[in-house]
Amino acid sequence: MQPQLIHYLTVAALLFGFGLFCVLTRRHAVGILLGVELILNAAALNFVAFEHFISGGISGQVFTVFIITLAATEAAIALAIVLMVYKSHRTVTADQISDMKN
Amino acid sequence: MGEFVVFLILAALTCVSAGIVALSRNIIYSTIALLGTFLGIAGLYIQLSADFLAAVQVLVYVGGTLTLILFAVMLTAQIENIRTSNTSRGRWGAFALVAVVLLLLGAVANRTEWPIRNTTATPSTAKLGHAFLSEYMLPFEVGSVVLLGAMIGAVAIARRAVRRHPEKE
Repeated sequence: MQPQLIHYLTVAALLFGFGLFCVLTRRHAVGILLGVELILNAAALNFVAFEHFISGGISGQVFTVFIITLAATEAAIALAIVLMVYKSHRTVTADQISDMKN
Repeated sequence: MGEFVVFLILAALTCVSAGIVALSRNIIYSTIALLGTFLGIAGLYIQLSADFLAAVQVLVYVGGTLTLILFAVMLTAQIENIRTSNTSRGRWGAFALVAVVLLLLGAVANRTEWPIRNTTATPSTAKLGHAFLSEYMLPFEVGSVVLLGAMIGAVAIARRAVRRHPEKE
Protein backbone atom coordinates (compact mmCIF):
# COMPACT_ATOMS: atom_id res chain seq x y z
CA MET A 1 0.00 0.00 0.00
CA GLN A 2 1.32 3.39 -1.03
CA PRO A 3 0.49 6.63 0.79
CA GLN A 4 -2.09 8.52 -1.27
CA LEU A 5 -2.92 12.18 -1.73
CA ILE A 6 -5.60 12.14 0.97
CA HIS A 7 -3.06 10.99 3.58
CA TYR A 8 -0.77 13.93 2.87
CA LEU A 9 -3.77 16.29 2.90
CA THR A 10 -4.73 14.91 6.33
CA VAL A 11 -1.27 15.55 7.75
CA ALA A 12 -1.23 19.07 6.30
CA ALA A 13 -4.73 19.78 7.65
CA LEU A 14 -3.70 18.64 11.14
CA LEU A 15 -0.60 20.85 10.96
CA PHE A 16 -2.76 23.78 9.87
CA GLY A 17 -5.19 23.11 12.73
CA PHE A 18 -2.43 23.08 15.34
CA GLY A 19 -0.94 26.23 13.83
CA LEU A 20 -4.28 28.05 13.85
CA PHE A 21 -4.89 26.98 17.46
CA CYS A 22 -1.41 28.24 18.39
CA VAL A 23 -1.94 31.63 16.72
CA LEU A 24 -5.37 32.06 18.32
CA THR A 25 -4.49 31.14 21.90
CA ARG A 26 -0.84 32.01 22.57
CA ARG A 27 0.02 35.06 24.66
CA HIS A 28 3.80 34.97 24.08
CA ALA A 29 4.73 36.78 20.84
CA VAL A 30 7.27 34.11 19.85
CA GLY A 31 4.61 31.44 20.49
CA ILE A 32 2.37 33.14 17.93
CA LEU A 33 5.29 33.14 15.48
CA LEU A 34 5.70 29.37 15.98
CA GLY A 35 2.05 28.93 14.98
CA VAL A 36 2.61 30.96 11.81
CA GLU A 37 5.56 28.71 10.92
CA LEU A 38 3.31 25.63 11.33
CA ILE A 39 0.68 27.13 8.99
CA LEU A 40 3.31 27.99 6.35
CA ASN A 41 4.70 24.45 6.51
CA ALA A 42 1.23 22.97 6.07
CA ALA A 43 0.69 25.09 2.95
CA ALA A 44 4.09 24.09 1.54
CA LEU A 45 3.37 20.40 2.12
CA ASN A 46 0.07 20.78 0.26
CA PHE A 47 1.82 22.41 -2.71
CA VAL A 48 4.32 19.55 -3.01
CA ALA A 49 1.66 16.85 -2.53
CA PHE A 50 -0.64 18.31 -5.21
CA GLU A 51 2.28 18.63 -7.61
CA HIS A 52 3.38 15.04 -7.02
CA PHE A 53 -0.06 13.44 -7.32
CA ILE A 54 -2.01 15.67 -9.71
CA SER A 55 -0.32 18.39 -11.74
CA GLY A 56 3.14 17.00 -12.40
CA GLY A 57 5.87 19.35 -13.55
CA ILE A 58 7.87 21.39 -11.08
CA SER A 59 5.78 24.50 -10.24
CA GLY A 60 4.64 23.23 -6.82
CA GLN A 61 8.22 22.87 -5.63
CA VAL A 62 9.05 26.34 -6.98
CA PHE A 63 6.23 27.79 -4.89
CA THR A 64 7.48 25.89 -1.84
CA VAL A 65 10.95 27.38 -2.27
CA PHE A 66 9.38 30.86 -2.27
CA ILE A 67 7.32 29.97 0.82
CA ILE A 68 10.50 28.90 2.64
CA THR A 69 12.25 32.12 1.56
CA LEU A 70 9.41 34.33 2.78
CA ALA A 71 9.12 32.36 6.03
CA ALA A 72 12.81 33.00 6.72
CA THR A 73 12.50 36.76 6.05
CA GLU A 74 9.32 36.93 8.12
CA ALA A 75 11.02 35.19 11.06
CA ALA A 76 14.04 37.53 10.91
CA ILE A 77 11.92 40.72 10.83
CA ALA A 78 9.47 39.46 13.48
CA LEU A 79 12.24 38.51 15.88
CA ALA A 80 13.95 41.89 15.45
CA ILE A 81 10.61 43.54 16.31
CA VAL A 82 10.16 41.20 19.30
CA LEU A 83 13.60 42.19 20.61
CA MET A 84 12.77 45.88 20.19
CA VAL A 85 9.40 45.51 21.95
CA TYR A 86 11.09 43.66 24.79
CA LYS A 87 13.63 46.45 25.20
CA SER A 88 10.96 49.15 25.41
CA HIS A 89 8.12 47.32 27.24
CA ARG A 90 10.07 44.69 29.24
CA THR A 91 7.51 42.08 28.18
CA VAL A 92 6.61 40.15 25.04
CA THR A 93 3.15 39.04 26.19
CA ALA A 94 0.87 40.04 23.35
CA ASP A 95 -2.11 41.21 25.47
CA GLN A 96 0.01 43.49 27.68
CA ILE A 97 1.41 45.45 24.74
CA SER A 98 -1.42 47.89 24.10
CA ASP A 99 0.38 51.09 23.08
CA MET A 100 2.39 51.76 19.95
CA LYS A 101 4.47 54.57 21.46
CA ASN A 102 5.56 54.97 25.08
CA MET B 1 3.80 -1.61 2.48
CA GLY B 2 7.16 -0.49 3.83
CA GLU B 3 6.68 2.90 2.27
CA PHE B 4 3.37 3.32 4.08
CA VAL B 5 4.93 2.38 7.43
CA VAL B 6 7.64 5.02 6.88
CA PHE B 7 4.92 7.51 5.98
CA LEU B 8 3.00 6.71 9.17
CA ILE B 9 6.13 7.18 11.30
CA LEU B 10 6.92 10.53 9.65
CA ALA B 11 3.31 11.70 9.91
CA ALA B 12 3.18 10.76 13.60
CA LEU B 13 6.47 12.59 14.28
CA THR B 14 5.16 15.68 12.46
CA CYS B 15 1.75 15.79 14.11
CA VAL B 16 2.87 14.93 17.67
CA SER B 17 5.59 17.60 17.51
CA ALA B 18 3.08 20.12 16.17
CA GLY B 19 0.79 19.24 19.07
CA ILE B 20 3.60 19.93 21.55
CA VAL B 21 4.29 23.26 19.79
CA ALA B 22 0.65 24.27 20.12
CA LEU B 23 -0.07 22.95 23.63
CA SER B 24 3.10 22.98 25.76
CA ARG B 25 3.23 25.51 28.58
CA ASN B 26 7.01 25.88 28.32
CA ILE B 27 8.20 28.06 25.42
CA ILE B 28 11.54 26.20 25.24
CA TYR B 29 9.74 22.86 24.79
CA SER B 30 7.51 24.41 22.12
CA THR B 31 10.52 25.70 20.19
CA ILE B 32 12.45 22.42 20.40
CA ALA B 33 9.34 20.47 19.34
CA LEU B 34 9.25 22.55 16.16
CA LEU B 35 12.50 20.72 15.25
CA GLY B 36 10.57 17.43 15.08
CA THR B 37 7.91 18.97 12.86
CA PHE B 38 10.48 20.34 10.41
CA LEU B 39 12.39 17.02 10.26
CA GLY B 40 9.16 15.06 9.73
CA ILE B 41 8.14 17.36 6.88
CA ALA B 42 11.61 16.98 5.33
CA GLY B 43 11.05 13.22 5.35
CA LEU B 44 7.61 13.64 3.75
CA TYR B 45 9.23 15.78 1.01
CA ILE B 46 11.61 12.91 0.26
CA GLN B 47 8.64 10.54 -0.07
CA LEU B 48 7.05 13.02 -2.49
CA SER B 49 10.28 12.93 -4.58
CA ALA B 50 11.17 16.53 -3.68
CA ASP B 51 14.74 15.77 -2.65
CA PHE B 52 16.13 19.30 -3.00
CA LEU B 53 13.29 20.71 -0.89
CA ALA B 54 14.08 18.21 1.89
CA ALA B 55 17.68 19.46 2.01
CA VAL B 56 16.54 23.11 1.95
CA GLN B 57 14.00 22.40 4.70
CA VAL B 58 16.71 21.02 7.00
CA LEU B 59 19.28 23.73 6.11
CA VAL B 60 17.04 26.81 6.21
CA TYR B 61 14.45 25.90 8.84
CA VAL B 62 16.46 23.80 11.28
CA GLY B 63 19.77 25.55 10.71
CA GLY B 64 18.53 29.12 10.32
CA THR B 65 15.00 29.91 11.41
CA LEU B 66 14.88 27.62 14.45
CA THR B 67 18.23 28.91 15.75
CA LEU B 68 16.96 32.48 15.30
CA ILE B 69 13.75 31.71 17.22
CA LEU B 70 15.73 30.02 20.02
CA PHE B 71 17.92 33.13 20.30
CA ALA B 72 14.83 35.35 20.59
CA VAL B 73 13.33 33.05 23.26
CA MET B 74 16.53 33.03 25.30
CA LEU B 75 16.86 36.83 25.06
CA THR B 76 13.27 37.67 26.01
CA ALA B 77 11.69 34.88 28.11
CA GLN B 78 11.56 35.42 31.84
CA ILE B 79 13.82 32.56 32.83
CA GLU B 80 12.69 32.44 36.49
CA ASN B 81 9.14 31.33 35.58
CA ILE B 82 10.05 29.33 32.50
CA ARG B 83 7.60 26.52 33.33
CA THR B 84 4.59 28.71 32.67
CA SER B 85 6.23 30.95 30.07
CA ASN B 86 3.91 30.04 27.20
CA THR B 87 0.40 30.35 28.57
CA SER B 88 -2.71 30.30 26.40
CA ARG B 89 -6.03 32.12 26.57
CA GLY B 90 -9.46 31.33 25.15
CA ARG B 91 -8.71 27.66 24.48
CA TRP B 92 -12.30 26.43 24.12
CA GLY B 93 -13.36 29.06 21.61
CA ALA B 94 -10.22 28.44 19.58
CA PHE B 95 -10.78 24.68 19.78
CA ALA B 96 -14.33 25.07 18.45
CA LEU B 97 -13.16 27.28 15.58
CA VAL B 98 -10.32 24.91 14.64
CA ALA B 99 -12.70 21.92 14.74
CA VAL B 100 -15.12 23.67 12.39
CA VAL B 101 -12.32 24.60 9.98
CA LEU B 102 -10.90 21.05 9.99
CA LEU B 103 -14.34 19.49 9.40
CA LEU B 104 -14.87 21.85 6.48
CA LEU B 105 -11.44 21.00 5.00
CA GLY B 106 -12.09 17.28 5.43
CA ALA B 107 -15.50 17.50 3.73
CA VAL B 108 -14.03 19.41 0.77
CA ALA B 109 -11.08 17.03 0.39
CA ASN B 110 -13.34 13.97 0.51
CA ARG B 111 -15.99 15.21 -1.92
CA THR B 112 -13.64 16.50 -4.61
CA GLU B 113 -12.81 14.07 -7.40
CA TRP B 114 -9.03 14.47 -7.58
CA PRO B 115 -7.63 13.57 -11.03
CA ILE B 116 -4.88 11.35 -9.64
CA ARG B 117 -2.15 10.43 -12.10
CA ASN B 118 0.22 7.48 -11.85
CA THR B 119 3.53 8.66 -10.46
CA THR B 120 6.90 7.16 -9.87
CA ALA B 121 9.43 8.59 -7.44
CA THR B 122 12.06 10.37 -9.54
CA PRO B 123 14.66 12.92 -8.39
CA SER B 124 13.60 16.47 -9.31
CA THR B 125 16.57 18.69 -8.38
CA ALA B 126 17.76 19.14 -11.99
CA LYS B 127 14.27 20.11 -13.18
CA LEU B 128 13.97 22.61 -10.31
CA GLY B 129 17.29 24.21 -11.24
CA HIS B 130 16.27 24.55 -14.89
CA ALA B 131 12.91 26.07 -13.87
CA PHE B 132 14.64 28.67 -11.65
CA LEU B 133 17.07 29.72 -14.37
CA SER B 134 14.52 29.93 -17.19
CA GLU B 135 10.81 30.24 -16.43
CA TYR B 136 11.01 31.60 -12.86
CA MET B 137 14.09 33.81 -13.34
CA LEU B 138 12.46 37.12 -12.35
CA PRO B 139 10.68 35.86 -9.18
CA PHE B 140 13.94 34.16 -8.16
CA GLU B 141 15.90 37.43 -8.43
CA VAL B 142 13.13 39.39 -6.70
CA GLY B 143 13.27 36.81 -3.91
CA SER B 144 16.99 37.43 -3.40
CA VAL B 145 16.39 41.19 -3.23
CA VAL B 146 13.63 40.59 -0.64
CA LEU B 147 16.06 38.51 1.44
CA LEU B 148 18.70 41.25 1.29
CA GLY B 149 16.18 43.93 2.25
CA ALA B 150 14.84 41.86 5.14
CA MET B 151 18.36 41.22 6.42
CA ILE B 152 19.28 44.92 6.37
CA GLY B 153 15.95 45.84 7.95
CA ALA B 154 16.29 43.28 10.74
CA VAL B 155 19.81 44.44 11.56
CA ALA B 156 18.68 48.10 11.57
CA ILE B 157 15.70 47.43 13.87
CA ALA B 158 17.64 45.22 16.28
CA ARG B 159 20.58 47.67 16.48
CA ARG B 160 18.28 50.58 17.29
CA ALA B 161 16.65 48.47 20.01
CA VAL B 162 20.02 47.82 21.59
CA ARG B 163 21.32 51.39 21.26
CA ARG B 164 18.27 53.22 22.62
CA HIS B 165 18.43 51.67 26.11
CA PRO B 166 22.12 51.09 26.83
CA GLU B 167 21.69 51.63 30.59
CA LYS B 168 19.25 48.72 31.03
CA GLU B 169 21.09 45.41 31.15
